[in-house]
Amino acid sequence: MASGMQEKQYTPSLLSFFIYNPKFGPREGEEEKKILFYHPIEIEKNEKIRNVGLCEAIVQFTRTFSPTNPAKSLHTQKNRQFFHEAEENYWMVMVVRNPMVEKPNKDGKPPTVEYQEEEIIVSNLFNGTFSRAFEAGGVELLTQKLEKFFYRYLQTLHLQSCDLLDVFGGISFFPLDKMTYLKIQSFVNRVEESLSLVKYTAFLYNDQLIWSGLEQDDMRILYKYLTTSLFPRHSEPELAGRDSPLRPEVAGNLLHYGRFLTGPANLKDPDAKFRFPRIFVNTEDSYEELHLIVYKAMTAAVCFMVNAAVDLNREFCEQLDSLVGPQLTLLASDICEQFNINRRISGPEKEPQFKFIYFNHMNLAEKSTIHMRKTASVSLTSVHPDLMKILGDINCDFARVNEDEEIIVKAMTDYWVVGKKSDQRELYVILNQKNANLIEVNEEVKRLCATQFNNIFFLD
Amino acid sequence: MSDEYYLELSENPVQFENASSVNNVFFDEANKQVFAVRSGGATGVVVKGPDDKSSVAFRMDDKGEVKCIKFSLGNKILAVQRTTKSVVLPDKRTLKLLKSQSINVNWYMYCPETAVLLLSTTVQGNVLQPFAFKSATVSKMSKFEIELPAVPKPAKLSLSERDIAVATIYDQLYVMYLKHHSRSTNSPGAEVVLYHLPREGTCRKTHVLKLNTTGKFALNVVDNLVVVHHQSSQTSLIYDIKLRELDGALNVHQPVLPARSINPYKIHLTGPAAAPSQAPVPCELYSSSWSVFQPDIIISASEGYLWYLQVKLQPTLNLLQDKGKLMDFLLRRRDCKMVILSVCSQMLTGGDKGNLSVVATVFDKLNQVYKEYLDAEQAYTAAMESGPSRSSTSYKRPVRTQAVIDQSDMYTHVLSDFTEKKGVKHKFIIAVLMEYIRSLNQFQIPVQHYLYELVIKTLVQHNLFYMLHQFLQYHVLSDSKPLACLLLSLESTYPPAHQLSLDMLKRLSTANDEIVEVLLSKQQVLGALRFIRSVGAHDNVSARKFLDAARQTNDTMLFYTIFRFFEQRNMRLNTLFTLIGHCEEHVAYFKQVFGENALMKQATA
Repeated sequence: MASGMQEKQYTPSLLSFFIYNPKFGPREGEEEKKILFYHPIEIEKNEKIRNVGLCEAIVQFTRTFSPTNPAKSLHTQKNRQFFHEAEENYWMVMVVRNPMVEKPNKDGKPPTVEYQEEEIIVSNLFNGTFSRAFEAGGVELLTQKLEKFFYRYLQTLHLQSCDLLDVFGGISFFPLDKMTYLKIQSFVNRVEESLSLVKYTAFLYNDQLIWSGLEQDDMRILYKYLTTSLFPRHSEPELAGRDSPLRPEVAGNLLHYGRFLTGPANLKDPDAKFRFPRIFVNTEDSYEELHLIVYKAMTAAVCFMVNAAVDLNREFCEQLDSLVGPQLTLLASDICEQFNINRRISGPEKEPQFKFIYFNHMNLAEKSTIHMRKTASVSLTSVHPDLMKILGDINCDFARVNEDEEIIVKAMTDYWVVGKKSDQRELYVILNQKNANLIEVNEEVKRLCATQFNNIFFLD
Repeated sequence: MSDEYYLELSENPVQFENASSVNNVFFDEANKQVFAVRSGGATGVVVKGPDDKSSVAFRMDDKGEVKCIKFSLGNKILAVQRTTKSVVLPDKRTLKLLKSQSINVNWYMYCPETAVLLLSTTVQGNVLQPFAFKSATVSKMSKFEIELPAVPKPAKLSLSERDIAVATIYDQLYVMYLKHHSRSTNSPGAEVVLYHLPREGTCRKTHVLKLNTTGKFALNVVDNLVVVHHQSSQTSLIYDIKLRELDGALNVHQPVLPARSINPYKIHLTGPAAAPSQAPVPCELYSSSWSVFQPDIIISASEGYLWYLQVKLQPTLNLLQDKGKLMDFLLRRRDCKMVILSVCSQMLTGGDKGNLSVVATVFDKLNQVYKEYLDAEQAYTAAMESGPSRSSTSYKRPVRTQAVIDQSDMYTHVLSDFTEKKGVKHKFIIAVLMEYIRSLNQFQIPVQHYLYELVIKTLVQHNLFYMLHQFLQYHVLSDSKPLACLLLSLESTYPPAHQLSLDMLKRLSTANDEIVEVLLSKQQVLGALRFIRSVGAHDNVSARKFLDAARQTNDTMLFYTIFRFFEQRNMRLNTLFTLIGHCEEHVAYFKQVFGENALMKQATA
C-alpha cells in the first residue's frame, strides 16, 4: 500500500441540500416561497434564491433536449449537483463537494450517484408524500415537516464513508436453517393472531433481516432506518452492558430480556410515554400510516406495525411485552444456537478468504466480506478507498447495459478487481495476488463462485 | 341432543327367546353363546353365537333343572351342570386330572381372552390368586391383595365377584375393582381401581377412576375405554387410562366426557303377538334385568337381546373443548380417521376458530403418530432387505391404524377445502399451511409437493409475491422440478420468479436440459452455451436448438459465434459435421450471409 506518501485529501462532503417547488412562487419577488427547505440554514436568503433559480434554469434548459428526461446531475470542477424530481414539481437538489487529492491533479467521481432517490423514500417513510402534506396543512406544515425530518436525516448521512453498499441500499439477510426459520414464522403468525392490532411484522437478528411482512420497497427503507439510525443509537448502551438487565417478570415468574426500542423505555415507569414513531408504507397504491413498534430481546429485534389511527396505551404495551418478551428471548437463544451449529458443520473452509461484495437486485440481498462492521458514523472497510472507488466505477458501467458482463481491472496497487454481472446479480471481488495473470484471476473467481455461490444460478 | 350420545348398542343384536318360567337363559363368556333352554331341554335348546355359524339347536332329555350349560371351544363337547357338584357330558368321555392345587376359594373368575383364572381366597376374599393357562399347562402367578374400603369386624367375606372384572386394555391385562363409597372413608364417591396384572412380575395398583357418585354400577371395556354404567342416573361414563391428568403422581382419572345415557334404542316387536306394521317400541335402557359381561356385552334376558356396546366418536367433538386432549383421545380410538379429519376442518373453518397455537398442537399430535408409523415402516423394510433369516424374531409389518393421518389425508379432506373457503382471512390460511409444514419438518417428515403448491397458489392469489420470495430464499419450499416449473409459469406476473426458478433448477443438478431450454426461450443463447459448457455437457447437446434460437434473435454475429462454436466442437470430436443432416437450413443460411469460404475446410469435406 502506498502508505508512505502523505497526501492531502478532501473527502466528498455535503455542501448544500434544498427542496423547492417552482409553482409556489412563480411571480417575481416571491421566489423565496418556492424554497421549502434549505441546508445549511445559515445561508443568506438571496444566495438561496440564486441557487434555486440556477437549478431551475438548468433543469428547464436541459428539458428542451429531452422533455421527459431532464438533467440528473451536473459535474463542475469543484462540485457536483444532483437534481431529483421526487414528486411532480417537487425538486430536491444536493450539492456535493468533489473529493480532491493533491497529486497529479486527479479527481475521482464520488460514488454517490444514487443517493437522492433513497433519501426521498426515507422521507416518505416518515412523512408521506409532499403533496399529501400540502393538502393536509398547506406550505407551512410541509416546511415544518421537512425541516424536522431533514435536519436529523442529514446528520446520519456520512458522504465521506459512502461506498458501493450505500449505492445498492440492499438488505443483509441472516442465514438460517429451515426449521428455525419456520419457528420464527410460527412465532410471527401467533403474535399477529393474538395482537390483532398488529398489521405487519418484520423480524431481524443481529441487524440482519429474517422476515418481512412489508413489501420489499418499504422494507428496504425501514431496514435502512433501523440499521443506520435506530439500532446504532441503542447499541452503545448495550455494549457497555448497562441497559439489558435480566428482567424478572412478576406474573408467571418468567425471565426475559425483551424491551422496547421505540415507545416506552421502561414499562414500570408510571410516567412512561406510549408514543411511537409513525411511518408511511405501501406508497404505490394505498397509503398507510402506521405506528412503528420496535421490540428487542438480546440480538433479535421485531418490528410491529399498527394502524396509526389506533391509540396505543399502556395496556397494549404490557400485553405485548408479556406475550412477546419470553417467546422472543427463547427464540433468540434458539437462533444463536442453530447458527453456531451450522457454522461448526460448514467448517472454517467456508470462512471467506475472499474479499467480495454481492448484490442481488431481485431480493435486494447484499453480502460483503469487505465491511467489518457498520457503526453509526463510519463504515469500516478492510480495503483502500481507491479500490472501493473502482468498485463504484464498475457498478456505473454495469448500470449502463442490460447484458451480463464481466470486468476485470488491474489496480495500481497490485490488486485485481473483478466485477461480474449475471442476470440481476452483481459480484465484485478484490484479489491481492501480486504476480497473478488474467487467467489465474479468472480461475480464482470461478473457485469463489463454486464455494460461495454454488446454490444459485450464476453464470461463469 | 341426539348427537350427544357417545355410546350406543349394536344395530344387529343377537336375538333369543326371552327368559320366562319355562325358558332358562344362560350365557357362556368364552364362546359368547347364549343358551335358551326350554323345559330343561326337552322342548329344545337353542344356542346363538355372535355369528350364524356358531348357532345350534338341539334337544336333550329333561333330567332336572339346568344350572349351567356350555360348549367347549369349537362346539365339540357339551357340558351340562344340574347339581352343584356334578357336570354331565352327554357323550361318553373321560376326563383326566392334569394338575391340582389346594386352595380355599370363595369364588372364581375366568377371563377367556387371556386364559387367566382369578381365585378369591382368605376370609375376607380380597386376596386374589391368578393362574395363567397356556397350552395345557397351568402356572401360578403372584397373588395380590385388593385394598378394601373398610375392614369389617369380625372378618367376613367382603369382596364380591360382582365388584371384580378382568379385561384387556391397551394390550395389558387389568383387574378392575369397583370400590363402593364408604361412609367411613371421606371419599366423595365410588371409584374403580385398576390393578395391572403383568404376565410376569407382581400385580400393582395403577389407576383410579373417580366416579364422583354412588349407587349401582356395571363395567364394560370398549375400544380400550373403561365404560362405567350408573343405574340410578341411567347414564354412563368413559375413562381413558392413557389420558394424563394434570395431578399426575398416581394415575387418578376423571371421566373424559360428561355423563350421558346410551343412545336410545328401539325394538322391533316380532313373533305372533306383533303386527308387521307395528311401530318399534323404545327399549328400556339400564334395566334391572340387564346383565353386563366383559368386555363389551350387554344382555337383556327379559327381552331376549344380546348387544355389543359401541363408542360413537362424532359427538365427542362438541363435548370435549380442549382440542389437544380431544386429539389424544381420538388418536387412540379404532375408527378415528374421519372424526379426526372433521375435527381439523371444524377447527379451521368452524365458528369457533381455533387459535394458531391450538392448530399447532393438533398438527404436532397427528404428525407424531404419522412419524412413528413411517419409522416403523422404514425399520421393517430395512429388516426385510437385510434378509429374513437374520431377523427371525418375527418382524411384523407395522399395522397402519386409522390414527395415521398422512399428508394426502390432510390435503384431501381438510386443507384443500379450507383454502378455497370464502370468508377466511388469507393471513390465517397461510399461517395454517406454514404451521402444518413446520410441524412436518419438526418431525422430519418430507413434505409432499402438493402442499407447496397449495401455499404458492394461496400466496399468488393474494399477490403476496414478496412473501413467496422470502419462503423460497430460506428453502422453506423444498426444491423440485415441478416447483421450478410452477415458478417459471409465474414469471409474467412476478418477474423475479424467473431467477428463483433457475436457481432451483441449478441446485437440483439434474435439470441441466431444463435450464438450457429456459435460457434459449429467453433468447439468451450465449448464456445457455456458457452454462452447458460449465457443466461439461457441451459435447453432447444438439446444435440445432442453439442455432434455431440464434437465428430467431436476428443477430447475425451471434449466429456466427454459435455456428462457429459447434463447427469447432465437431472438428475436435473428429466426427462428421453433424450439423448437416439436422441443420442444412442453418448451414445454407451461414453460407448465404458469410459466404462459402467462411465454412471451415474440414467441415465441408
